[in-house]
Amino acid sequence: MLLSLDAATVRFGGRAVLDAVGLDVAEHEVVCVLGPSGSGKSTLLRAVAGLQPLAGGRVLLDGRDQAGVPAHRRGVGLMFQDHQLFPQRDVGANVAFGLRMHGVAKGERDAEVGRLLELVGLPGAARRAVASLSGGEQQRVALARALAPRPRLLMLDEPLGQLDRSLRERLVVELRELFGRLGTTVLAVTHDQGEAFALADRVVVMRDGRIAQSGTPLDVWQRPADAFVARFLGFENLVPATVAGTAADSPWGKLPVPDGSAQGERTVLVRPAGVRLVPADQGLPCTVTARTFKGTHVALRLQPADGPRLEAACALRDAPDPGTPVGVAFDVTETLVLD
Amino acid sequence: MAPRKNRAGNAARLGLMALPVAFFALFFAWPVAAIVTRGLRTDGTWHFGRIADVVTQPDLRHVLWFTTWQALASTGLTLLLALPAAYAVARLDFPGRQLLRAVVTVPFVLPTVVAGSAFLALVGHHGLLDQLWGVRLDTTVWAILLAHVFFNYAVVVRTVGGLWAQLDPRQEEAARMLGASPLTAWRKVTLPALAPAVAAAALMVFLFTFTSFGVVQILGGPTFSTLEVEIYRQTSEVFDLSTAAVLTLVQFAAVGAILAVHAWTVRRRETALRLVDPGTTARRPRGAGQWALLAGVLVTVALLLVLPLAVLVRRSLDAPGLGYYRALADTDGGTFLVAPVHAVWTSLEYAVAATAIAVVVGGLAAAALARRDAGRLVRGFDALLMLPLGVSAVTVGFGFLIALDKPPLDLRQSWILVPLAQALVGAPFVVRTMLPVLRAVDVRLREAAAVLGASPWRVWREVDLPLVRRALLVAAGFAFAVSLGEFGATVFIARPDNPTLPVAVARLLSRPGDLNYGQAMALSTILMVVCAVALLVLERLRTDRTGEF
Repeated sequence: MLLSLDAATVRFGGRAVLDAVGLDVAEHEVVCVLGPSGSGKSTLLRAVAGLQPLAGGRVLLDGRDQAGVPAHRRGVGLMFQDHQLFPQRDVGANVAFGLRMHGVAKGERDAEVGRLLELVGLPGAARRAVASLSGGEQQRVALARALAPRPRLLMLDEPLGQLDRSLRERLVVELRELFGRLGTTVLAVTHDQGEAFALADRVVVMRDGRIAQSGTPLDVWQRPADAFVARFLGFENLVPATVAGTAADSPWGKLPVPDGSAQGERTVLVRPAGVRLVPADQGLPCTVTARTFKGTHVALRLQPADGPRLEAACALRDAPDPGTPVGVAFDVTETLVLD
Repeated sequence: MAPRKNRAGNAARLGLMALPVAFFALFFAWPVAAIVTRGLRTDGTWHFGRIADVVTQPDLRHVLWFTTWQALASTGLTLLLALPAAYAVARLDFPGRQLLRAVVTVPFVLPTVVAGSAFLALVGHHGLLDQLWGVRLDTTVWAILLAHVFFNYAVVVRTVGGLWAQLDPRQEEAARMLGASPLTAWRKVTLPALAPAVAAAALMVFLFTFTSFGVVQILGGPTFSTLEVEIYRQTSEVFDLSTAAVLTLVQFAAVGAILAVHAWTVRRRETALRLVDPGTTARRPRGAGQWALLAGVLVTVALLLVLPLAVLVRRSLDAPGLGYYRALADTDGGTFLVAPVHAVWTSLEYAVAATAIAVVVGGLAAAALARRDAGRLVRGFDALLMLPLGVSAVTVGFGFLIALDKPPLDLRQSWILVPLAQALVGAPFVVRTMLPVLRAVDVRLREAAAVLGASPWRVWREVDLPLVRRALLVAAGFAFAVSLGEFGATVFIARPDNPTLPVAVARLLSRPGDLNYGQAMALSTILMVVCAVALLVLERLRTDRTGEF
């Protein structure tokens, strides 16, 4: 393993911000840590970088314990959330900084800076002042600067956090392609699930300083480990239910659940696509309370006569107006019993 | 793991602190201790009863009271008159801005005796105001207060203005957009950011005026006397060393208490600020208010700072054919073993050496103090570093002679003695100027450099130094100026064949006759010009920020 965290613990005051976290990152792997703000994501990166001392546990790089190794000797790169470009240096000098620290000769340095700026899509920007850059350009310079010393592990703290949506979506694809091409090992943190799923080979969801779930984006999306992860991924149709065989008894009535589901008192998740609209006199009677256009579909908010609200996805032309009474049926292929 | 990291931090801090601690222990604590011992200990026994005897004398209690209130009044008056100038220099772009900054600094480096004479010539008997309107201020406390403003104007303008120029104006704009009036925005956003610098400047002014010597000596007459004047009188006129030692302790205690309170309040307020390129924050004055403010500043500077200096220069030219200046090259005067003009080179050499020492010692101390993990012990050292400013320079100079005169450290014959004494007074300036700026450097910039492979030393060189270079130059300028003008300590330790400019001036002033007085004025004028040139060079350096050097 390139990076291993072994029960890594960080405390601020008495509170554990990282609580015995164990995590492995293999070479060439792109891992995204996903979690709400305050879940300890950034602290995780700072602990690996050597900027945050551990209260317990170990950080290993290439199998070697990093206790006592200062940040500048760990050979990892960190791209800060707000970039932290050196204001008194131009773009080229920012990118060349790490190379200078590693004693790379000037001629070689200049060539490498030119190559990196080209790589991040800013050819010829070396003499520009940092203050004259737009947010997206700063992000690219920060990336080039972090890549320049060829760190064995590149860490990104909310890499696209401050950029506008269209730029973010484009950059995420570019980054993914770039990391694949360079074979970079990446540990990124983000609160944006779309970003994490688009970027990562593996997603790690954090909650209150602990790892709630780890797996491929598809795994995590299809089988959230618990109600917290499901809610964080944006799923709202979660109810407590009593599962017996292939049926679950819930506030929404009887729900069909897949064969082999865990039995007994459980939380049941129904994805919006599994909430089908049927004529008002059939299924669970609901009223449409809101309608949100989502581009490819319409998200409907439904209030059953009894029980918690439901979210449904339906085709554009089929979307009923708010206030319309509808019936709801549940699709077993989009229903999941959480362990 | 955590303890190991902390140990490394401690080791780094101790490494930075070692030199400053050794310097202040050897060249400050020891000489002062030596002179206190000399005063309070005879025949192997301590006489602490002397302390009570001295401080209960009504005369001395009156001295203490006057020392305190005149210092408070001088500080308030200086802030009132100089804060608008700090704003003008930082935020208004007008022709002659650099010149103004240099001009306000010149009085600060003048020997106190010369400034005292200049004010006497302006507001005293047969002075300019007396001749024009029959106004005399030399019998009132106003002469002292105005002379104190004259001296300390630069402290406020440079300390506060230096930071003000680097505050991001958009912070105020953000407050305006949230509904704050211009005044409220200034009060709620800019003022809190400036508070540490204002506090630091006010502290310096208070210290200088609390320990004021030359000015009060000349303008105070028999009526007004500060502690420092009293110490000097007891040491060199009454030869009562034990009273002088007690007064030194009293001044020490008072200054220590003030510094402790100050260190506590400043630390609570210093926060990371958004610093920007000072070249981008100044704008041409707009509106009647800003023009009126600028005009007010210029008039104040002209009347309070330039006029006394002009009177000084005018007096140096009283003899026909630059007679006073030509007399400076003669050795016949008998006042010195060498021609008085020789003092110019001596002073410059000493000041350069003293500046180098002060910048190294003060810079290391500031770097250690600025660390966010600085412990209580280190922070206590912050206040201790300021003590040399508050302890009587007379005591320090006399202490040097007593303490550093026998092996292993016999420096009586060494030229380095004078720069050491001057650096002692200069180093606290370096610390005070550097510290607010060092503390304001965003810690994540340092972290960014560290993860790119920069060792702590390189982080300092690559991240901190470029951001604080400006402050470092200001600090060096201060140290240089203080060294050039230092009088109280130097007068005791400068060798007769190698006087500094202020010592030469004082010696000339102490002798009767127009020729000596005229030569003193001429020499003062030369000192003023030397300082002005040095400061203008510094200003040029400061604005040349785009080039790498």
